[in-house]
Amino acid sequence: MSQHDVSKRKTLDSKIPEGALSEKWTQHKFNMKLVNPANKRKYKVIVVGTGLAGASASATLSELGYQVHTFCFHDTPRRAHSIAAQGGINAAKNYQNDGDSIYRLFYDTIKGGDFRAREANVHRLAEISVNIIDQCVAQGVPFAREYGGLLDNRSFGGAQVSRTFYAKGQTGQQLLLGAYSALMKQVNAGAVTMYTEHEMMDLVIIDGKARGIVTRNLKTGEIASHTADAVLLCTGGYGNVFYLSTNAMGSNVTAAWKAHKRGAYFANPCYTQIHPTCIPVHGDYQSKLTLMSESLRNDGRVWVPKKVGDDRHPSEIPDDERDYYLERKYPSFGNLVPRDLASRNAKYVCDEGRGVGPTKLAVYLDFRDSINRLGKDAIEARYGNLFDMYQSITDSNPYEEPMMIYPAVHYTMGGLWVDYNLMSNIEGLFVLGEANFSDHGANRLGASALMQGLADGYFVISYTLGNYLANVDLNSISLENESFLSAEKDVQERIERLLSIRGTKTVDEFHRELGLLMWDKCGMSRNEEGLKEAIRRIPEIRKSFWNDVMVTGSNNSFNQTLEKALRVADFLEFAETMCRDALERKESCGGHFREDSQTPEGEALRNDTEFTNVFAWEFKGIDNKPELHIEELEFENVQPSVRSYK
Amino acid sequence: MKKITVKLVVWRQNGPDEKGFFKTYFAENIDTDASFLEMLDVVNEGLVKNGSEPIAFAHDCREGICGTCGAVVNGEAHGPREKLTLCQLHMRSFSNGDTIVLEPFRARALPIVKDLVVDRSALDRIVQAGGYISVRTGSAPDANAIPVPKKDADQAFDAAQCIGCAACVAACPNASAMLMMSAKVSHLSSLPQGQPESKQRVLDMVSQMVKEGFGGCSNEYQCEVACPKGISVKYIAQLNRQYLLSAIKSE
Repeated sequence: MSQHDVSKRKTLDSKIPEGALSEKWTQHKFNMKLVNPANKRKYKVIVVGTGLAGASASATLSELGYQVHTFCFHDTPRRAHSIAAQGGINAAKNYQNDGDSIYRLFYDTIKGGDFRAREANVHRLAEISVNIIDQCVAQGVPFAREYGGLLDNRSFGGAQVSRTFYAKGQTGQQLLLGAYSALMKQVNAGAVTMYTEHEMMDLVIIDGKARGIVTRNLKTGEIASHTADAVLLCTGGYGNVFYLSTNAMGSNVTAAWKAHKRGAYFANPCYTQIHPTCIPVHGDYQSKLTLMSESLRNDGRVWVPKKVGDDRHPSEIPDDERDYYLERKYPSFGNLVPRDLASRNAKYVCDEGRGVGPTKLAVYLDFRDSINRLGKDAIEARYGNLFDMYQSITDSNPYEEPMMIYPAVHYTMGGLWVDYNLMSNIEGLFVLGEANFSDHGANRLGASALMQGLADGYFVISYTLGNYLANVDLNSISLENESFLSAEKDVQERIERLLSIRGTKTVDEFHRELGLLMWDKCGMSRNEEGLKEAIRRIPEIRKSFWNDVMVTGSNNSFNQTLEKALRVADFLEFAETMCRDALERKESCGGHFREDSQTPEGEALRNDTEFTNVFAWEFKGIDNKPELHIEELEFENVQPSVRSYK
Repeated sequence: MKKITVKLVVWRQNGPDEKGFFKTYFAENIDTDASFLEMLDVVNEGLVKNGSEPIAFAHDCREGICGTCGAVVNGEAHGPREKLTLCQLHMRSFSNGDTIVLEPFRARALPIVKDLVVDRSALDRIVQAGGYISVRTGSAPDANAIPVPKKDADQAFDAAQCIGCAACVAACPNASAMLMMSAKVSHLSSLPQGQPESKQRVLDMVSQMVKEGFGGCSNEYQCEVACPKGISVKYIAQLNRQYLLSAIKSE
């Protein structure tokens, strides 16, 4: 599609309220209609997913009086992958008196997102950030404290102020357990009906509005429909399209993809974040990648040998034969450059053949100089738990030899398109947390994912859902409705088809093949030729999957192979849209580097004249090209500038 | 890179009401850098390729924090290494030719779903009985309005690290959930925010635990050994003290 075609596309209405940036949310809250307390209990709301966004939304909406039915595929809502977030949660409390403010958090987030996020959403996020901390502390989340009993903060991800609240390296766990406990309180009160081990298999739309879902009970295989007056998807990101990622094994795109196939637009799917400090791949059997907190770059120095194929032990390589490439290329930020730069440069040195370790796909992160300067005890106090984790996984002692690290897929900024009210283009379908696209632009800052999940669930949806329900006319529907029956039938048929193939390859073999292709062609660095090749190859892999996959067992019992097959089948469709999005975005921005859009020095070159916008894709059938819709991004408060870390 | 072959003796059970049995498999040429669950992945790939049903086992994050994984390995919940979930156990902890016996966590309150997967919803119901501070969204005071002494905050965090994996139940000769429950009670009662509900909380949670069919504590301390997060049995002592006080006062 040429640029000329793009300009003719109809634009999407983000429904950003009028008024000054800092007044928009306050005014909007006042202008929105309320649902009478007595009427709230008449509305049934379905929440899919119980991570930070889903658990907090379920608890909050049920406290308001809505009938909430919450679904998760785990055996308990406390398992959602929000639990694995390590670093912390940002909030503009300015408890440190170091110059933080709502505006500064807003500004940093817009800039960090490389000017590809919506100003109004991001400002609202920064405003709400302070309420989140209050809420969590009241729930008993044990944040780190100072000796005076007040909350401690740290600087994170290169921010110039200390605004990150944390609970050691387990902040996500503690925040999720806080939201989970609020959810359990509401289950106990009879206000939330909880369905564990239920996976959403389809979204049901009646008269143009989201009116329910079809689920599969993972223990019994039962396919069932559930009606609703609104559906909230809080189903996380799609990083596992790459097969290897820091996501949990079960994280998937299925719920979002089913909604997309029913008409919801998928926005910026190519925006993925590659985290620079992960433990490298060690073998074909590898099932996932483990993140090491990026705080390690505060004291570790990143290097590779200067010579290609230098196989000496790192301690035998003298300093003048080492290339501290981040310090060399970015003298003012050095090892602390943002995630996207650190990741991309690791790839470059490995592409040059200077990678280290058995697979040559790793770089050193060396603490030798810090240990000499500060002493082993100081380093142990700062990173002891991380060093232990590294040693338990790799059997190598980072106090004595450098760590080996390599980038890994970590977070997906893209997601279902939503307006300012977090509603998708389908009426009554709301999307919260990582599953939507809205707040992080082309690159997410550290400690902002937890903030967004909880902002959406505790403080945004509670208002915007009410406004929707107060304004909409909903017919009463029953499970006998043709839309439910046909969706159930589709699900049954898909399952029966998968079970009847009895081919020669396992689900994981297909998933691995797809993942390698995506990592290679749609990963840290992308070009037109590679993306076109991926778009050609993905349908071939998909076809081969549907002809030759082996799914054992039956549908009427607990069947993990079938669960996985259903998820991978969706990744095999979604991946193509992701590559099309990457192909169409002919600029480098954030974590997305297009090789044909770079400066003479090899740095990312953004194209603000043509791409200050959101790409939202409309499904047009599995073998057809999706249709592109555009949302133009207006920057009225922050002037897009070039991020420089030299 | 070292490769080993181990013999697996695995509990297979097709469903909650089916009869279970041990079955032997060989995990051949396993890289010692592979994790225990990756070894099971390799075995399962082989089974699926032959059209057989793979060994069902619970897992998700594979980084030791979600609490989904867990099985009894040679008689020990989560295997031979201390303070590690099963997903963080690596094959370098085993030698070529070893026999590894693999069973689900066994307890009356944790019925088997399939093979090594058990139903831990009873733990959710214990939390539902009172493992929270009742605070409505939006009603919280400023986060720094109530200072919390660092010592108390640190203890709350220490207890709050429980991942709900149920290894403590599996390791306990009485199949008691006391360690998990006491960790939640101590987490919340260490904080000023948790005080208003502290008496009722402990009574309700203990009552639910008994209702679910978990046993009582007889000070075996096996739970602490099995706990992948190193949660101390001192929290059980704290819970007992609180329970006694609450029970006396509520009479």
